[in-house]
This record gives sequence, structure tokens and C-alpha cells, in this order.
Amino acid sequence: MSAMETTPYALPDSDAEHEQLQKTWGPRRGPFSWFSQIDHRTIGRRFIVTAFVWFGLGGLLAALMRIQLAKPNNTFLSADQYNQIFTMHGTTMMFLFAVPVMEAVAIYIIPLMLGTRGLAFPRATAYAYYMFLFGGTMLYVAFFLNMAPDAGWFNYVPLSAPQFSPGKRIDIWAQLVNFTEISALTVAVEIIVTIFKQRAPGMSINRMPLYVWSMLVTAFMIVFAMPAVMVASNYIGLDRLVGTHFFNKAEGGDVLLWQHLFWFFGHPEVYIIFIPALGMVSTIITVFCRRKIFGYTAMVLSLVATAFIGFGLWVHHMFATGLPQSGQSYFTAASMMIAVPSGVQIFCWIATIAMGKPEFRPPLMFVLGFVAIFVLGGLTGVMLAAVPLNLQLHDTFFVVAHLHYVLIGGAVFPLLGALFFWFPKMTGRLMNERWGHISFWLTFAGFNVTFFPQHKLGLVGMPRRIYTYLPETGWGPLNLLSTIGAGILALGVLCFVVNALYSMKRGAIAGSNPWHAPTLEWATTSPPPHYNFLHLPTVSSTEPLWDHPENAPVVTGLALKKREVLITRLFDAEPDHLYLYPGTTPWAFLSAVATGGMFVALLFTPWALPIGVAIATTTLLCWFWPSSPRDEGEAPEQP
Amino acid sequence: MTFVTFFAGSGIQSALEPAGAHAARIGRLWDVFLIISAVVWLLVMIALFIALARRKREETPDGAARARTTVSIATAITLVTLAALLVASVLTGRAIADHAPPGTIQLKVTGKQWWWQVEYDDPDKSKRFTDANEIHIPVGVPVNIQLHSSDVIHSFWIPNLNGKQDLIPGHDGSIQLQATRPGIYRGQCAEFCGLQHAKMALWVHAMTQSDYANWLTAARQPSKIPSTPEQRKGEEVFMSSPCPLCHTIQGTDAGGKTGPDLTHFAGRRSIAAGTWPNRRGYLAGWIVDPQHIKPGSQMPPMLLDEGQLQPLLAYLESLQ
Repeated sequence: MSAMETTPYALPDSDAEHEQLQKTWGPRRGPFSWFSQIDHRTIGRRFIVTAFVWFGLGGLLAALMRIQLAKPNNTFLSADQYNQIFTMHGTTMMFLFAVPVMEAVAIYIIPLMLGTRGLAFPRATAYAYYMFLFGGTMLYVAFFLNMAPDAGWFNYVPLSAPQFSPGKRIDIWAQLVNFTEISALTVAVEIIVTIFKQRAPGMSINRMPLYVWSMLVTAFMIVFAMPAVMVASNYIGLDRLVGTHFFNKAEGGDVLLWQHLFWFFGHPEVYIIFIPALGMVSTIITVFCRRKIFGYTAMVLSLVATAFIGFGLWVHHMFATGLPQSGQSYFTAASMMIAVPSGVQIFCWIATIAMGKPEFRPPLMFVLGFVAIFVLGGLTGVMLAAVPLNLQLHDTFFVVAHLHYVLIGGAVFPLLGALFFWFPKMTGRLMNERWGHISFWLTFAGFNVTFFPQHKLGLVGMPRRIYTYLPETGWGPLNLLSTIGAGILALGVLCFVVNALYSMKRGAIAGSNPWHAPTLEWATTSPPPHYNFLHLPTVSSTEPLWDHPENAPVVTGLALKKREVLITRLFDAEPDHLYLYPGTTPWAFLSAVATGGMFVALLFTPWALPIGVAIATTTLLCWFWPSSPRDEGEAPEQP
Repeated sequence: MTFVTFFAGSGIQSALEPAGAHAARIGRLWDVFLIISAVVWLLVMIALFIALARRKREETPDGAARARTTVSIATAITLVTLAALLVASVLTGRAIADHAPPGTIQLKVTGKQWWWQVEYDDPDKSKRFTDANEIHIPVGVPVNIQLHSSDVIHSFWIPNLNGKQDLIPGHDGSIQLQATRPGIYRGQCAEFCGLQHAKMALWVHAMTQSDYANWLTAARQPSKIPSTPEQRKGEEVFMSSPCPLCHTIQGTDAGGKTGPDLTHFAGRRSIAAGTWPNRRGYLAGWIVDPQHIKPGSQMPPMLLDEGQLQPLLAYLESLQ
């Protein structure tokens, strides 16, 4: 079990073969090559880095809010600044970090885990990335121009309607939603198709790693949930830009319509963030307890059940709007029942740990931290599902505490563990373990000191989204404690980031499978070559690298000079046919420029729509213009 | 024990110190949920620690079967616990549901950016009157409050008395309060409603029934006629400045509807919707420069010299 263990898939038969494949699958050279890259590792890395840039900015905004609230009657921020900042914080974390980063990791990992050479529709991956990049950039440019949205990340009407929010601030929010949702939907479709059609031969649906299952479920949730918020954001955009009346009660519109559309997306969104994290947890527990997950079928069914139930609880965000009793009871029941599949997974993980041999290395530490925090967040979620308690707790700091317990505890902790775990695969180098432990304990302690007191603050009457409070409320000391905790939490995240940046250049060389992990991404070099695998692996269990991979048959015969991908059948993953993968192109980037330009111009004039559609369609025509299949290796290099 | 005291809680705006029938029932439900949740969390953590610390690592078919049984039992317990909590929640929900028995006092509260208008209904038109940012209720009597908003969504929340209810334009709602002991309770808007959402508070005075009857009689009267020369000068200042365009004072010509009714202004605890105490210095600051205290408020600054301001303050303080 040497740390430098290599596996048969990683080794090319000859250097010539390797070089030819590198050329076939590698990026073109040339001045604009950066913009025409389409391979999933490059785009995945950019996606992850960009998402973490937004995460850092969102975190800074949180720090500003914590400073403002550290004492009563503070004047560090004005009301207007605070309202922009909390709106930016929520919008950033939900739209620009949590969902994109989960998709970003999947873009990098899923094809490797499936044993294939790329993600389906690679040009669309690049398009999705640039839409995401442009959307976030637009939002932060607006912020620095003092034009940031200020009606909350939930953007309730009529506060966000033209008569109460004149100016461009809300329009920018609505367009940001369009940018990020297009990006998210595009990636979701790619993930579904890749998982369905590009699995290694033998990886039948009951042998898919749990992380792959979690991303499949998540991608389907994205496909069903995101359209609701796109409808909502376009309705509000139309109300504001061309004077429609979807939400204007004076003209027959309805303000509650917004809340239904928004939360029909907004609640599944939580699970879209959380379910990939569950896959990461299963992956890490398997590797660091040296045992396959106990109750694979139960785990898969739990993921699917969570996804289904997740669409049936949006109304618990609206209990205070005054719905009929019987309707509320249904949503209470659904909201409580979603705890069952989560519970099943927790129990299965504990059983796995009990039967395995846990190694307390940083990824497992983050997962153990996740269990402690997430179980608490889940229990406060059950409290919030009860209508009478919800009527006291809704829109208070109790909810702030709850949502950070489930989102930071439930998603960011597993994500940090997973990044620590997959870092060597992406960079070829290991992160420092001692600093990994330090950053874990700092984030764990800082997190709890920040957010646990907020439960109490909510119970003693502190509403959310207030920029200041009076001394006689008595909220000062706990707020100060929370602010101190936020400092520790920030320090922990900083340690993690510095560790990653340092290790990227100076970390120990990882080798192909430093953790002796069982899934296919570890069957190739770290970082993988442009073509991922020379001979495509085949699998016969959920942990292929744990059952004597040197004896496993491999798929050979894929062309060296063509970008060929093996397509397998949906359920049993029997080889079906070869698919010719598209080549690099700048048109995905240019299409994103055209679409993004149209979205931004729409802030100012409806005429941007016809003109923008014409330009974007032209770029799409160029993108999809058929070219005769050619040998990639021999294609002339771009000037 | 630290855990219990941490959640003991106190305060004039606290769900943990019920002073109303509804809040008390919710408080009992909270106790049930808190205790069960704490036990569940501890059990999961204990199981996790046992799993981590276990020495025996030999995998046997027997062990896997045992694990299956354990996980199944744990899942069954989860289901039963959740079902029990669901029943408890629904029962409490029924008990606190809106129903207005006959004889209930009827109030109407309108949320505005960023203050509360309170209207006391009565079959006899002459007995109706309007107040702002403070509600007076008698102890032991159910009070039904019609909730209404004419601008954006607000949320009415007096944690010591009951949970919250949103005020949604186009969707009138209602909430009931029934105080169980006299006292003064604070509440504040719980739904983000724009720039000054943080400064939109109100007070509920729960009074004994005889105190309430006295208060009601006084509140139905028009404002007192100014008795000193300074107060009379102040009334002149008030009437000749833009004040009457927005504010009403019953018994005078001032009849504006945009801002709070000032008929019995001097009896209020605070100004600017619970932002500052109702004392002369604060009041002067509020009149001269409201945008400093509450930027975005609809109250414009008043350019008054000292000879006008002091009489105006004296007049306002006489509005008992």
C-alpha cells in the first residue's frame, strides 16, 4: 500500500503514444488559446478558483456585517450600506458560490471518476463558466459603483417593485440570476448526460460511486428547480423594465406569487448544495475508514428521497403569510420527514466508521465536524418545520444560525474536506496535513462560536436583516461573541487557502493514488494527462481500485489522432459506440460574451433583446457550424 | 445545566418569557422540541464517538447483520420521534389558531415604511380613534388585530405575546393577542421592509382591565387645549409649519394622514417607531434633523429657530 502506487491505466505503453494523445486532447497553442480551452479539468479548475474568489468576497461582506453588529447603535456601516451588503452576501453565497462550486468540483472529478476522457458537451462547459464569470463580475462592478441590489437575496416584491426600488439595483439582481441559472442548468445537463452515457464499461448503475449518485440527483434537482427562479427573475425584470404587472396588485398581479416561485426554487436549492456534500462525505468516509460504505442501496435511496421530498417543503418559508391550517400541516409533515433520509445516511456512516479503521487525517476531520454541526442544524430545521415554533423563530437570528449550520456545516465542511482530498489529484501535490488539522480546528471552533449564540439571539427577539439595534434589547454581548467567532472562522478559512496556495507549488509530490482510494479518478496520474486515461478502465464493483485493478481488463483501440469517447449504455454500462468529441473553440467564449452583453444591455433598454438575440444566434451558428472530422493531432496550429 | 440556562432567556422582546396565552403554548412546545433535540444530538454524538473509538475491527457477517439491525432500529426511532413531534406541533397549532370569540376587542394595525398605525374600532363611530407605534390591551381579554399593509410586506411580532404574522399588501391577515400579565412588551418588524427595517418597533402595554378602561376613555378624547402661553405659541408654530400636512391632532385643524396621529403624543414611550425615548432632547433632534436619526424616513427636517422650537416642544409635550 505504498503512497506512490501507480496503476495500470496511468501508464502509456510508449512515450510516442502519450505524446500523440497529449497533442490530440491538449489545448491549441496561440495568443487566444486561453479562451478556447474546453477540457473539463481546465474549466473545472477555473470554475473552482472563481467560485472561491466570490466566496472570499462574500466572506468579507459577512465580516463587515459582523463588525457593524458587534455592538448596539454602531455606525460602522450606514443602513443603505448594510442592506446592500447583506443582499450581496446572500446572493454571492447562494448564486455565485454554493451551487457553482459544487458543480465545479463535479466538472473536474466526475469524468475521472467515471473513467472517461471528458465531460459531455465540453464547449457548453466553457460557455457555462464564462456566463458564471461575467455574472459575478457584473454584480461586483455594480457593488463598487454603489448600485448593488438591496432587497435581500430573496428579493421580495413589492419592496423590489419599481415604485419602492427605483434605479438599477434590483435589475442587476434579476440579471445576475439569469447569468448564474443559465450556467447552472448547462452544467447540470452535462453532468446528467456524462453520468448516463460515459461510464466506464462495467460501471452499471448499481456500481456507481455514491458521489456520482449524489451529483446525478443534484443535476436533476437543478433541472427542475432553477426554471422557477428564472421565471420569477424575468417576471420582475419585465415588471420593472417594460411595465408588466405580474406582481402589481393594483393591476391584478399578486405579491405572494413571487414567494411561491422563489421558494419553489429556493428550498430545493438548499438540497442542491447539500446533496453533493453528502456524496463527498461518503467518498471521504470510505477512503479514511478503509471500508466500503455500509448500506449502499439505502444511501442511494436516501439521496433520491431527499430530492423528491425537497420539492415539497417550500411553503415552510411562508408560514407567517397566513395559510390555512390543513395546508400548513402538510408542509410541516414533509419538512419533518425529510429528516428521515438524512438520518438514515448519518446512521449508515456511523455504522461504516464502526466497522472500518478510521484514520484521523484532515478530510475525515472535516467530515466528523460536518456530522456534529449538521445534525444540530437538522434538528433546528425540525423545530422550524413546526408551524407554532416557526411563527416565533421565522426571520430571526435563529434562522440565521440554522441556515449556517446546514450550509456551512452541511456543505462547506465536506467541501473543504473534499478539496483537501482531491487537491493532489488536481495539482499533483499534497496539502500540508498539520495545517489541515489547524485549519479544521479553527474553522470548527470559530464556526460554533459565531453561530451557536445566534440561536439564542433569535429567541430573545432579534430579527434578521437589521443594521442596528438598541442597547436595551440586551443583544450586545452575544453579538460581540458572534463577531469574535467570525474572526476565528475567517482565520481558519485563511489557513486553508494559504495551505492550498503554498502546497500548489511546494507540497509533497502526491503520486497517482496517495490515499489508496478505491475510485477511478485515482487510476491515472496526478494531475491527469489531457486525455485522462490511456486505456479506459473497466470496473466490476463500487470500489474498483480495491479489487486487484492490475488484473482488470481495459478498453483499447481508441484512435490516437481523434478525440474519441466511449459511449456506454444507460443501466449496465455496456460499451455502445464511439463518439467523436468536439475540438477546442473560441466560439463558446464569444457566445458567452454576446449573451452576457445582451443581459447587461437589457438593464438599460428593451432593444437589447432583439439586437442581442441576433448577435448571440450568430455566435451560436459559428459554434455549431459542422466541420469535417479531422485528425486533431494533424490539424494546423492556429496562427 | 449551562445548556439549560443558556436558553432560559429574558427580556422585553423575548419568546422565552411568555406573557401571553399564545406565546405560553408555543413556549411549552419549544421546551418539548428543545429537550428532544438535545437528547437526539447527544445520542448521535455518543454513537459517533463509540464508532470512532471501537477497538474490535474484525469484520464478520454477524457484525454486518448487527449493524443492519441497529440502523433499522435507529431509523424506526427517528420516524416515531418525528411523528410525535408532528402531532405535538399540529395540536399546538390548532390551539393557537385564529378564532375571535364574541366580545373580542378589534384593532387594526397598518404597517407603513417605517412605523405602525393602530386604529381602535368601535361600533359607535365617535368612539373610534387612531394611535401609532403603541398598542394598549387589557389583560385576560382576547384582542383580534386586523393586519394590513399599504406599501411593502411587514411582519407583526410581539414575541412575549405571540408568534409573527406578515402584513402583505392585498392579503389582509389577522393575529390574536391575549396577555396573561400586565407589562410593557416590545416588538419590531420581522420582515425586511427597506432602508429602515431596523427602526420599526412598537410597544404593547398590557394593562389591568380597570387601567385599560381609564386609558380608553382618555384616548377617545380630543387633545388637551394648550394651557400656557408657551404651549399656545407652540400650537401656532405647529399649525403654521408643514406639520399638519402629515399629522393629525384631534380637536384641531391638523388632519394630515401621512404620518402618525399626534393627538395623545405625550403619552408615548418613544419616538420614531421605538427608536428613541420620548424626551425633550431627543424630540428636538428628531424634529430638526430626522434624516440623521432615521435616514430615508418620510419626516422632513424642520428649519425652526430656538424661539419656535422650544414652544413647539412644550406644545407637543402637552398632548396628553
